[in-house]
Amino acid sequence: MQIIIVGCGNVGGTLVRLLLAEGHAITVIDSEESVIESIEGSLDCMGIVGNGASFQVQHEAGIEHADLLIAVTPSDERNLLCCLIAKKAGNCHTIARVRDPVYKREIGYIKEELGLSLVINPEEAAASEAARLLKFPSASAIETFAKGRAEMVRIRLEEDSRLIDKTLMELPTDLLEGVLVGVVQRGDEVFIPNGSFVLRRGDEISFIGAQKNMIRLFKKLGLPTTRVRSAMLVGGGDTGYYLASNLISMGIRVKIFERDKARCEELSDMLPEALIINGDGTEKELLLEEGLAGTEAFVTLTNLDEENIMLSMYAKSVSSAKRITRVHRVSYDDIIGSMDLGSILYPRNITANRIMRYVRGMAGAGAGLESLYRISEGKVEVVEFRVEDESVACGKRLMDMKLKQGVLIACIIRKTEIIIPRGHDELRSGDSVILVTTGSIRGIRDMLA
Amino acid sequence: MNIGILRFILGRLLIVTGTLLLLPAAVGAIYGESDGLIFLIMALITALLGGLLARRKPKTREFYAREGFVATSLSWILMSLVGALPFTLSGVCPSYIDALFETVSGFTTTGGSILTSLDGISYCVHFWRCFTHWIGGMGVLVFILAILPMADGYGMHLMRAESPGPKASKLVPKLGSTAKILYVIYMIITVLEILALFFTGMPVFDCFTITFSTVGTGGFALTGEGVAAYSTASQIVITVFMIVCSINFNAYFLLFIGRSAKAFKLEEVRAYLLMVFGAAAMIAVNLVMCGTFTNPFEAFHHALFNVSSISSTTGFASKDFNLWPEFSRSVLMILCMIGACAGSTGGGFKVSRLLILLKSARNEIVYVIHRKSVRRVHMDGKSIEEQTVKSVAAYAVLYFAIFVVSFLMVSADGFDFSTNLTSVAATLNNVGPGLNMVGPAGNYAQFSVLSKLVFIFNMLAGRLEILPMLILFRPSTWRKNS
Repeated sequence: MQIIIVGCGNVGGTLVRLLLAEGHAITVIDSEESVIESIEGSLDCMGIVGNGASFQVQHEAGIEHADLLIAVTPSDERNLLCCLIAKKAGNCHTIARVRDPVYKREIGYIKEELGLSLVINPEEAAASEAARLLKFPSASAIETFAKGRAEMVRIRLEEDSRLIDKTLMELPTDLLEGVLVGVVQRGDEVFIPNGSFVLRRGDEISFIGAQKNMIRLFKKLGLPTTRVRSAMLVGGGDTGYYLASNLISMGIRVKIFERDKARCEELSDMLPEALIINGDGTEKELLLEEGLAGTEAFVTLTNLDEENIMLSMYAKSVSSAKRITRVHRVSYDDIIGSMDLGSILYPRNITANRIMRYVRGMAGAGAGLESLYRISEGKVEVVEFRVEDESVACGKRLMDMKLKQGVLIACIIRKTEIIIPRGHDELRSGDSVILVTTGSIRGIRDMLA
Repeated sequence: MNIGILRFILGRLLIVTGTLLLLPAAVGAIYGESDGLIFLIMALITALLGGLLARRKPKTREFYAREGFVATSLSWILMSLVGALPFTLSGVCPSYIDALFETVSGFTTTGGSILTSLDGISYCVHFWRCFTHWIGGMGVLVFILAILPMADGYGMHLMRAESPGPKASKLVPKLGSTAKILYVIYMIITVLEILALFFTGMPVFDCFTITFSTVGTGGFALTGEGVAAYSTASQIVITVFMIVCSINFNAYFLLFIGRSAKAFKLEEVRAYLLMVFGAAAMIAVNLVMCGTFTNPFEAFHHALFNVSSISSTTGFASKDFNLWPEFSRSVLMILCMIGACAGSTGGGFKVSRLLILLKSARNEIVYVIHRKSVRRVHMDGKSIEEQTVKSVAAYAVLYFAIFVVSFLMVSADGFDFSTNLTSVAATLNNVGPGLNMVGPAGNYAQFSVLSKLVFIFNMLAGRLEILPMLILFRPSTWRKNS
């Protein structure tokens, strides 16, 4: 596909890389000469220096022949304008990043009127991911499928876990009832385990299954399954606001630390139930005074990655709270992964993944792609597809299908039922399947050898 | 330096070279010549060797500008070393250095020859000689990019090093597609010229070989007489295609995608055409006034032919312009120094570089008067980055430095001033013929081995635009970690 990306910052750059790997032709527009020069020099894309909201510039980028325009400049208004012009000039699909909470309230109207295909709000997405984690604090990451009916929950095997040094076959059968070990991450490597796979300390295991089964599994593993009751948020930016309002609606007590007085007043207007503290969240004394030791959750959302990481490590030393650390820069994720920072939020990856899911769905038009999660930079992907009537796999038993190497059917979702499939199960029209794959799968047809 | 990846790229290059050597072998088979066997055996050995080199994928995929430049220059050197062998083996040039000169002259689309006589050479060797022009015209690495997918960004470094002009630009976002489009345009032009020449009554074999020499802007011909032997109609066709191939191929792409308004407004193309027709008019007037020709149409025809031949850096001659009045000779030599458009198959300093230099010089004059003035150099309605302007200025300095040093070294052979000066100019700009001893009727056979090596370097430096060749001589290029 011909894709134009306006704005080549963090997210833009990541997107270019991901989309190129999928074989799309990319044109990048940015107003900074140096940015364009460096991306053109390192990646196989075309760069244009200019204002992406200008018709002339879009014309030069070939908007008439483009299939999709993605606007991810720092300014919401410019992103919307880019998409509006692209829609009129090229009649292509458009994706805009819009982060201002003011627009958030009327996003449905804006999307409709401007003909946007997708609106992404990275702050809101990051916040809802954080909220999910606080609901289920034993997990280090949670992804949802089938509108929340099925989940993929990741835990880290700590020293005292009873799973260590066992093969999956050795585990008691009732332990894994209704859940499946989909992916195991060990350092840089990612595995799709089979029965003889041995689990080790420090492995990150992703279970796939229905939520209620997940809770049962956690109980059996001796991990807490109740949501947190109180949370401390350091940094009252947009993500902080979204997260706080989300948590408040779940009945969780929220304390927000924010340095800027004016912002504090704003927050107190918008979030009357929250306790807003005007002060430097990096001050040890203040944190302790406000009860860091006793809090159940500690979320660092300042704009500085270093500050977030330091704070999180400090919190570990004084409390046993569930920690969530936001990190913007992904370039050092291998080092960050080796530090104990609780759960890590990468807003940039969340945004890029959402866009990738949309682009995948577009590229294989009608392929029925519902969700897509990439693990460890796409070494493994977990995807959800809808099984259509005319699908080749429809009405077949799993044991009669020849699957590609590195493809695992993890879950079948049939109406309200979540099935961990066995050989005699069959796929029916209207089902959704969750696949774990080492390659990229573009549709149901694609999973067959 | 990532040696593994160099090995891999050179291996691929040898596979492609081997495949291309099959064409003259086929020609040999058609005409039943024994020389065809040489090409066949060479082709097999080269491809086999290449296959061995490229069999193992490189361990690391590290590929930066340095690797790109070195891979490009080494590819051209290796290709020339291999391409020269058939000339020696077939006995056309018994001396390997001479054969190398001839091949480099072919690949770099120079067209200067060390052969004193072209009689008695087999068809397949003639074919190979002219075909080297066609390969070198658009560039062999661009060809590899067009047919073999190159992962990641590393194709861009190769393209930047091989394609002529101050800034390599892509036509479409994907490099592979850009390379394909360029070759499609190149093929279309080639086929059109072959057909056009055929309709002017040229023999079929000549149609092919002369076309290769023209579209690559090379200049090898089949007889000592060169293109003077063909009809006026054929010469007119050749004139048109010399000009067509020395214009920036971006223009054709823009025409193709229906942005003709933009295509006709390309400043470089306009300046180039103005220069060609202006020079042709001046020379025609000069020729008529000095009585070389009496018929003004004939004068203009030959003036235009030789002007486009020199400024496109082809190097054909419809008349021996070495015998023309001094003014005409001077105009031709100035054109020889400027060369063709960037992004074409032509060589030389490039019109776009000259335009950028002139514009920045004009800004400098304004700056002398208005010390606070801020002016950027513009081209086609877009500002040129400061860094590009600087690079062009540095390029000019290097260009003249190489020119001067080569001139000194060649002078040691003891020939006259014009011969020395124009031989260096004609090789560094990939034109071919110069004046006096290296004029259209002469050749490079009498120079010493050292001078021939200097010319070989100049031709490669001219075609690859100096930097890739100079980087080879920088010790730190070869150090492991620098």
